[in-house]
Amino acid sequence: MTGHSLFGDAVGDPDFAKKYPQFFQNFWSRHKFALMGLSAGIVLYIFGWYSVGVSFDRIVSGVGKFGWIVGLMLPPDPGSLHLALVFLHGLIETLSMAFLGTLVAAILAFPFGLLAARNIVSNSVFHFAIRRFLDTIRGVDTLIWALIWIGVVGLGPFAGVLAIITADFGSFGKLFSEAIEAADNKPVEGVKASGGSKLHALRFGILPQVIPVIASQVLYFFESNTRSATIIGIVGAGGIGLYLTETIRTLEWRQTSFIIILVLVTVSLIDWISAKLRMTIIGQQGR
Amino acid sequence: MSRAVHQITKEQFDHLNDGYNRALAQKNRMVFLGLVILMILIIASFYGSEVNAQKFIRNIWRFPTYFYEITPKLSFQNFFGDLAEWFWGLNKWLRQLGETLLIAYVGTITGALIAFCLGFLSSANMAVSQWSRLVSRRFLEFLRTVPEIVFALIFVVSFGLGPLPGVLALTLHTAGALGKLFSEIIENIDSKPVEGVRAAGGSWFHQVRFGAVPQVLSNFTSYTLLRFEVNVRGAAVMGFVGAGGIGQTLIEYIRKFYYSDVSAVLLLIIVTVMVIDSVTEKIRHSFIGKLER
Repeated sequence: MTGHSLFGDAVGDPDFAKKYPQFFQNFWSRHKFALMGLSAGIVLYIFGWYSVGVSFDRIVSGVGKFGWIVGLMLPPDPGSLHLALVFLHGLIETLSMAFLGTLVAAILAFPFGLLAARNIVSNSVFHFAIRRFLDTIRGVDTLIWALIWIGVVGLGPFAGVLAIITADFGSFGKLFSEAIEAADNKPVEGVKASGGSKLHALRFGILPQVIPVIASQVLYFFESNTRSATIIGIVGAGGIGLYLTETIRTLEWRQTSFIIILVLVTVSLIDWISAKLRMTIIGQQGR
Repeated sequence: MSRAVHQITKEQFDHLNDGYNRALAQKNRMVFLGLVILMILIIASFYGSEVNAQKFIRNIWRFPTYFYEITPKLSFQNFFGDLAEWFWGLNKWLRQLGETLLIAYVGTITGALIAFCLGFLSSANMAVSQWSRLVSRRFLEFLRTVPEIVFALIFVVSFGLGPLPGVLALTLHTAGALGKLFSEIIENIDSKPVEGVRAAGGSWFHQVRFGAVPQVLSNFTSYTLLRFEVNVRGAAVMGFVGAGGIGQTLIEYIRKFYYSDVSAVLLLIIVTVMVIDSVTEKIRHSFIGKLER
């Protein structure tokens, strides 16, 4: 058996380059657009560093100062038992804000999720309007909502709860409507075929499919809200963020590191519990 | 059909029925228990977050009023004049928006580069050693859990005010968030190309470069773009703690009750976020499309 090369006909063929131009084209012209995009990206990246005012001196002195601060942070120390209790109270505020905010946002967003789902309400103008409405709410950060709610109900964790409710309302509305749109239509047809009303189709056809998805999303948001509720106090809306900002502003670095560790432990704990619960829910759905 | 039912004796039927009822009661008990725990948590968090229904009902009118106040007064006769007055600081705001986008961009890219290195170090299949894997995993977890604005607060003290602490804060948080995703992607790659490179005598670097990177690059890009969207939102509020971008202006306007300016800046932010979202979505889809071809 003679050896068979991939381009056996090409051996000694003077027109080989013309037959397979793709192998002889210049590397640069082959990847013109990708390379242009890449170099534009690199130029923008360098310009970005330049425009944020980076300089060798600033980085060196900044890193030095940061190292010095980290040194001051050790060992973490709340200062006194009283302060430790105050920080713990802040942590409880944070957790309450995250829990209540997520729950109420989910309850309020559910009807809007139904309205925004194409397979429930099939009016495209209405669909577009409600989707943009939810997008607009989502486009405003939780911290900004917190500032607005502080103007309504005053400083404190209640404003934080309302901020989380408002910000999550937009995200939940979108996620819920997507979950509902992804639901299988056969159970709905089955309910309708056996004489069920539209409400029956919703209750027995769609809800059993979407409830596990929604529950898992709500748990996931509870996790992420625990993180955002720790910083919402920075603008005065309650929780441990208030103490975090205060200790940084007053340069009480040992208290700062104590609070950070408190937050880290709590967030990891919440993540762990919520991951367990989500596994249970998804497991039930699979069975 | 009916004969099969008749063949079950009364005792057998009762026994089965009992079992069914017991299983049902067990399930109901669990649901009831869950509801009780939920109720306790709700009541506890009502107290914990100082929910005050009276205050809420008394003051809720301020919420719609606020939106009424920040709505600019545009007249039909002098529409363009009013529009120009509403957006009086457009040049300044656009410059700050540009700075916000740059903070997000530089922070995302730098964070992604760090995540790229740490992702390989912390993955189960490509790690250099168990020890480095453990250390980089814990480090990524730490970066991920500390909110970016907390990093920003500390960096503002050590690097001074301005966009630089914002970039560094976003960089660290992005490295943590993407590092975990990257290492998960790396753990899901096909191991055959890597083994091929190893069998041909390639070093660890060669295995990563020619075995793993070609498989993961498109997913990495897609996640990085997704993170860029998130970081644009994050960079918009960095200014709240003095770390650059449009947030500084926004918080000043909100605190000083410059109503129409608040709406103008908010509108600019919302439009920018929407545009960025749709553009990155387009790019991500084109990447995924290329991958499948």
